[in-house]
Amino acid sequence: MTGSQLGQPGDARSQSAPAARRLACARSPQRWSRTTRLLHRSMSPARRMLVLGTLLAAGGCSPGVLDPVGPVGDQNRQILLNSVAIMLCVVVPVILATAVIGWWYRSSNRKAAYRPDFVYSGKLEMLVWTIPILVVLFLGGIAWIGAHDLDPAKPLKSNQRPLEVQVVSLDWKWLFIYPESGVASVNHLVIPVGRPVHFSLTSSSVMNAFFVPRLGSMIYTMNGMTTQLNLQADHAGRYLGQSSQFSGDGFASMRFNTDAVAPAAFDAWVAQARQSGPVLDQATYNTLAIPSENVAPQAYRGVAPGLFNTILMRSAPHTKDPLPPAPAASPLSTEKR
Amino acid sequence: MLGKLTWAAIPFNEPIPLTVSIIMVLSILGIVGFVWFKGWIPYLWREWITSVDHKRVGVMYCILAFVMLLRGFSDAIMMRSQQALAYNSPGYLPPDHYDQVFSAHGTIMIFFVAMPFVVGIMNFVVPQQLGVRDVAFPTLNSVSFWLTASGVLLINLSLFIGVFARTGWLPYPPLSELAYSPDVGVDYYLWSLQIAGVGTLMSGVNLVTTILKVRAPGMSYMRMPVFCWTSLASNLLIVAAFPILTATLAMLTLDRYLGFHFFTNDLGGNPMMFVNLIWAWGHPEVYILILPAFGIFSEVISTFSSKPLFGYRSMVAATMAICILSFLVWLHHFFTMGAGANVNAVFGVATMIISVPTGVKVFNWLFTMYGGRVRYTTPMLWSVAFMTTFVIGGMTGVLMAVPPADFVLHNSLFLVAHFHNVIIGGVLFGLFAGYTYWFPKAFGFKLDERLGKCAFWCWLVGFYVAFMPLYVLGLMGMTRRMQHYDVPEWQPWLIVAAGGAGLIALGIAFQILQLVYSIRTRDRRRDVTGDPWDGRSLEWSTSSPPPAFNFAIIPDVHGEEAYWHIKERALDQQLMPEEPVYEAITLPRNTPTGFITAFFAVICGFSLIWHIWWLVIAGLLGAFATFVVFAWRDEAEFEISATEVARIDRARRAARGIRLPLVERLV
Repeated sequence: MTGSQLGQPGDARSQSAPAARRLACARSPQRWSRTTRLLHRSMSPARRMLVLGTLLAAGGCSPGVLDPVGPVGDQNRQILLNSVAIMLCVVVPVILATAVIGWWYRSSNRKAAYRPDFVYSGKLEMLVWTIPILVVLFLGGIAWIGAHDLDPAKPLKSNQRPLEVQVVSLDWKWLFIYPESGVASVNHLVIPVGRPVHFSLTSSSVMNAFFVPRLGSMIYTMNGMTTQLNLQADHAGRYLGQSSQFSGDGFASMRFNTDAVAPAAFDAWVAQARQSGPVLDQATYNTLAIPSENVAPQAYRGVAPGLFNTILMRSAPHTKDPLPPAPAASPLSTEKR
Repeated sequence: MLGKLTWAAIPFNEPIPLTVSIIMVLSILGIVGFVWFKGWIPYLWREWITSVDHKRVGVMYCILAFVMLLRGFSDAIMMRSQQALAYNSPGYLPPDHYDQVFSAHGTIMIFFVAMPFVVGIMNFVVPQQLGVRDVAFPTLNSVSFWLTASGVLLINLSLFIGVFARTGWLPYPPLSELAYSPDVGVDYYLWSLQIAGVGTLMSGVNLVTTILKVRAPGMSYMRMPVFCWTSLASNLLIVAAFPILTATLAMLTLDRYLGFHFFTNDLGGNPMMFVNLIWAWGHPEVYILILPAFGIFSEVISTFSSKPLFGYRSMVAATMAICILSFLVWLHHFFTMGAGANVNAVFGVATMIISVPTGVKVFNWLFTMYGGRVRYTTPMLWSVAFMTTFVIGGMTGVLMAVPPADFVLHNSLFLVAHFHNVIIGGVLFGLFAGYTYWFPKAFGFKLDERLGKCAFWCWLVGFYVAFMPLYVLGLMGMTRRMQHYDVPEWQPWLIVAAGGAGLIALGIAFQILQLVYSIRTRDRRRDVTGDPWDGRSLEWSTSSPPPAFNFAIIPDVHGEEAYWHIKERALDQQLMPEEPVYEAITLPRNTPTGFITAFFAVICGFSLIWHIWWLVIAGLLGAFATFVVFAWRDEAEFEISATEVARIDRARRAARGIRLPLVERLV
């Protein structure tokens, strides 16, 4: 079973009805474009704007961060919407007040009282300092709690052991290593639905950021350093993944599909991967590390032990010369995690 | 002999940069040739290029900014059209060119449009508002300007000779290190910014000294117009923050030129250090730009509401609070780098705290309009549009200060929309308000209001059409700086955004038209009194344009709104104040030092970029020799005789005297 087969409707039938609807949403980018095509046809501009606005407000079927498919993304969205709502309580009145005051006190309106001496009022001063302070106290609380709850390194609450995935950003593709099963893949991330995934991330050369918008939080990848990220997909589907930190000329091609599949399908994918494809040993990795774009997704049936640590421990060379031969594999295999 | 410079540096096989550079070179030659033919060179040399008058220097800063706005905006048009086309297609700009375009757009708009525009207006206005004749160090001021112009020249040279950086406007290592950016692009970035940065730093020192030490008698701190306060805060930030930029760029330069390892991946370098340092400068930079704009809005809103500014003390406190807080929030630019929850939370909350003094300012502007007689001239339109637009940008900014929200919005087009919302809706609207407001003071005639309003509406609507879709795209998960993409849902919004950029282009066209038309019809839009808007601060007490010495007699200040009270008294008594006893005035002599220093700075920068070492030495020696010649000059000043001063000032008094009985107060 290859990645492209994973997105077949068969996987979805076992899901609950709303989940299935969301799945359909996730599955078919066509639906959104059908909607937009519909909008382009036979509709007045005003009506079009209205419909678009409503779609947007409802979160619609947008492929972005307002339509998350996992607990992290859900909380990101909740905090985002709460914060906007709190701030709108001040921002909307201020905009309205600007419009009303600006209109009423126009110089041609002789009914408006002219009060050139109204330059200070202790009560108003008190008020104008208090309102923003209150808003910030409130929002600051949300930020503080949210920053701790959603710390990317914090394990997710779950009764399942997280799946370990090691991520390496290369120029210009993504490498995903599954240390527990000893397989790897390039530009294709497959994860089981409903199980937390713990990512350890690094970069082979320049900085990148790992971001699957519909799963939630992103994190930088940096050479010689590991960052941690915990995500989980609750709905099966194929989601866009990308780099969100500019990394050079091939940056726009650093995209990968994330397939969230039922646990059984995930196991099947691993089994399938184990039986086909090359082995990702040091030499294969060295070839892979040479800058290239639009690399087709590819699975590896085996991974040199401790490859992630080797990548991590060896800083990128100072020039773009091909990498030197690999040192002997580290005894500290990450598989022992 | 010529270092790395070869014929290969000229982009013969790339039609777009080649055409643009040829057009630019031809138009520069055309302008120079025209000026030569008309015989204006001696005039320009005498009155402008060698001028140390703060008003002339300020105006030249603004002209430089406006010219560079055109360059930066052409980059914007290219980016918007590329992204509108690039769905599942390579568009028309290949990645190596597109990456230069967005890097140049950001660099130019911040360093060579917003900065010179802000510095120019501060230069022009601050000494006049303080009631003095010039800044503290007039020659240094001219040197600062010409060094900024050197940076501009260098960055534009990269279009024709070699390439510009392909790293984004902040060259994050390791991408900007020699290993990943081996060409001269980053070197162009480094040297043009270093040279312009020295100019900015010196200008900051100059204006801080002016505001702290050179004020008219009686102009105590709490009587200074708010624009002077915000300028003080902004220049304090320049003095404190620009050395960080200089040091950071110097470290990157050492990495690239001498094999140091400050930010490299290997041998103990740490790129995260660069990210921290560059934002320790970069966040204060945001406030360096926006604080003077806040000052402009305060002046404009108060003048056109015919009221003093509401809550002056609060405004001052808020300004200084922002000045200090702006140094404590830099980490919010990289919440996603993996710092711990506590670090992210502290910086998130600190960022929100800045919104308190900013919110206070918005309320105070509202209460200034409340009970006023609001005249909707162009500067006032920019100000009201700012108040409504800026609160949206502020809101999205505070939203991204919430770390979990930033985790999904960082580096997205939502971020791009946010900072354009505050920089266009805040800084640029402010600068345009200031430009229209002080233009008659600088040149003695008003800009055309009708064309100004057309420009305003195109800019305002264009801004919303161009940037609201970017908010949406950010929420749809679109990352910034993408040369192409394959998500069909993104394209309609990008097409709309490109349309918005077209509207803004129309706005810019109206601004050019406004300027040309106003100059051609200047005779019927003369500002004879020097006070066209019924102003309140001292710059309106001089004639338009003011004489070289600004004030025939240095004013004696007796309260806030120094000029308003003088004017009120004169109106009440229907009498001009008694004619003072005129004395001779000593002014600093013009000097070509700035221009010559800049000439050598360009040579130095260019030869450093291309590793032409003998020319570097020649450039440094030349600059040093210029300094020695200047330091040993015999006559630094010249005198304007008392009769000449009297003649100039009597003309101003006569113009005002005629107007006295005609002024109607609104009460």
